[in-house]
Amino acid sequence: MARARVQQADFDVGAELEALTRGRSDVGAVASFVGLVRDANDGSSVRGLTLEHYPGMTEKALEDICTQADARWDLQGLVVIHRVGSLVPGDRIVLVGVASAHRGHAFEACEFIMDYLKTRAPFWKREDTSEGTRWVEARASDDAAAQRWK
Amino acid sequence: MVTLLYFAGLRESLGRSREQVSLPAHGTPTVSLLVESLRSRDAQSAEALAPGKRWRVAVNQQMADLATPVKAGDEIAFFPPVTGG
Repeated sequence: MARARVQQADFDVGAELEALTRGRSDVGAVASFVGLVRDANDGSSVRGLTLEHYPGMTEKALEDICTQADARWDLQGLVVIHRVGSLVPGDRIVLVGVASAHRGHAFEACEFIMDYLKTRAPFWKREDTSEGTRWVEARASDDAAAQRWK
Repeated sequence: MVTLLYFAGLRESLGRSREQVSLPAHGTPTVSLLVESLRSRDAQSAEALAPGKRWRVAVNQQMADLATPVKAGDEIAFFPPVTGG
């Protein structure tokens, strides 16, 4: 199965992380990140959001990020799932799961994947707020977070 | 001809998600040359792809920049800075 998936459907965090270690006993650490839709952003209450993406490029960009993580750290398993379409506060948006022999590699790779995903994977969020709908602006802090891995 | 794709806010401000255009006949074709020809073609493109605006470009589904060469048959996408995750 591809390590990176883009889908409308929700995902089962437990089942995805379980799949990283099934049938093997050399994994010592699994680190994961789950991103959720918040009910507030930039001072407005958020009723929901729609995630647009660039089909074709999105999958390639995520797979490329996974390949870079594999090259930098000693990883035994990797999964990235990003949802698209309409979501409401509390919904899961993204999952990153990383399996490694030791926790240091797993933690770092997980953070690296999220930092790169935030700045390189072609997704765009449109928020439905109390003041109307608007495209979410990219944050300079996300660029800074990605820069530190250079 | 090349295929242009527009996403998110850029798609909305231009009112279209894709189009086919000819590459400029003069000079070595790059993203920069293509963007200049789009800007001079219509006011909407000039506004959406203005030099001071924050937009990104991908050529054949790889992140690119103004200096990236382009050729007939390429898929060139313009979009705002990404906001996933």
